[in-house]
Amino acid sequence: MSDTISHLSTSTFDEVVGSSDLPVVVDFWAEWCGPCKMIAPILDEIATEQAGKLRVAKLNVDEAPDLARRFEVMSIPTLIVFKDGQPAKRLVGAKGKSQLLEDFAEFL
Amino acid sequence: MSDVRDVVIIGSGPAGLTAAVYTARANLAPVVIEGEPSSTSDQPGGQLMLTTEVENFPGFPDGIMGPELMTNMRAQAARFGAEIITAKASKVDFSERPFKIWVGNPDAEEPTYRARAVIVSTGAQSLMLGLEEESRLIGHGLSTCATCDGFFFREHDIVVVGGGDSAVEEATFLTKFARTVTLVHRRDELRASKIMQERALANPKIRFQWNSVVEKVLGDTNVSGVVVRDVNTGERTTLDVTGLFVAIGHKPNTDLFAGQLPRKDNGYLVTVPGSSRTEIEGVFACGDVQDDVYRQAITAAGSGCMAAIDAERWLEAQHHA
Repeated sequence: MSDTISHLSTSTFDEVVGSSDLPVVVDFWAEWCGPCKMIAPILDEIATEQAGKLRVAKLNVDEAPDLARRFEVMSIPTLIVFKDGQPAKRLVGAKGKSQLLEDFAEFL
Repeated sequence: MSDVRDVVIIGSGPAGLTAAVYTARANLAPVVIEGEPSSTSDQPGGQLMLTTEVENFPGFPDGIMGPELMTNMRAQAARFGAEIITAKASKVDFSERPFKIWVGNPDAEEPTYRARAVIVSTGAQSLMLGLEEESRLIGHGLSTCATCDGFFFREHDIVVVGGGDSAVEEATFLTKFARTVTLVHRRDELRASKIMQERALANPKIRFQWNSVVEKVLGDTNVSGVVVRDVNTGERTTLDVTGLFVAIGHKPNTDLFAGQLPRKDNGYLVTVPGSSRTEIEGVFACGDVQDDVYRQAITAAGSGCMAAIDAERWLEAQHHA
């Protein structure tokens, strides 16, 4: 897994996402979710390729169900792009790399 | 011009990956075009990526999770040198040999791959209800993946639509989380296997809404109810639920092959009985894309093996011709 991806928890979420100068893509995922595993390597690549423009962070909903509830996540994978600490865009479901890059384009 | 490959496999469910294992071990260096991740249509690994426990695949006495089984099959194919491409085939031209396959821009002059033999294993995908509100509510109470989303329905009341194995299995799985699960089915009996039926009928959390179809899903931002209609009486009932899982059947992924390979009226590809051969010599089909009868992971894997052996023998015969 890429070093550029951080793993968030309930105690670190607000600090990491809130203090970031860059937009942060938070990947709500879990071990038991097949489509989440499909997009994990793609997010790794995007994190590396877009380093300096976009940050990618992972949030395991098993470990932080409170955050999943707070952001009303009812399906995973859900990707929420946070800008200045606020949710700016939400993508539900697995997608291919070109589609994801298109969806992130406005933040790059 | 792109190199000519011996075998290109389109699709990566149990059929495609079994064909990959066999053709890779036969030193045919297969390329597997596995598809692109998606939660709503076809995806790498096929339908098992969206399922839960698989209890009827031989060799796993305690069962295995669908996504794990597919991850294992993929690793097994890769171990023998199959080249796996995470992209969707966008166009094929089977009118002359070597066959042409495009990935990405279908209007590109040059195909991405040329192949002496092609194995088609694009499978099938779940049908949606076809209601206008569906796309809006996906991920907001409407789900196409019980394994992915069941977790978020703890203590919710939910509906599962369908009466086959996938519907009954999902309903049973979802009782781990939900307070109640209502199975809405258009007939008065289930089509699922006996063991799945018995399990569901004995489950106190599952109730049945027989002879009923979903007419409307309520809710602006989140699912807040489901309107069902009794197919015999026409009577409408609103079910007070916050979740909806759809498992009403499948359609084969054959749009890519329109005008290239013969299809049955129901869209499934036609193969010569007892083989994986299509009407086009050198193009083979296996798995759910050509199976409207059995549609099991194990039959898909078995037919993937057939396609690999058919392709290998056909290539061999070409070589000696």
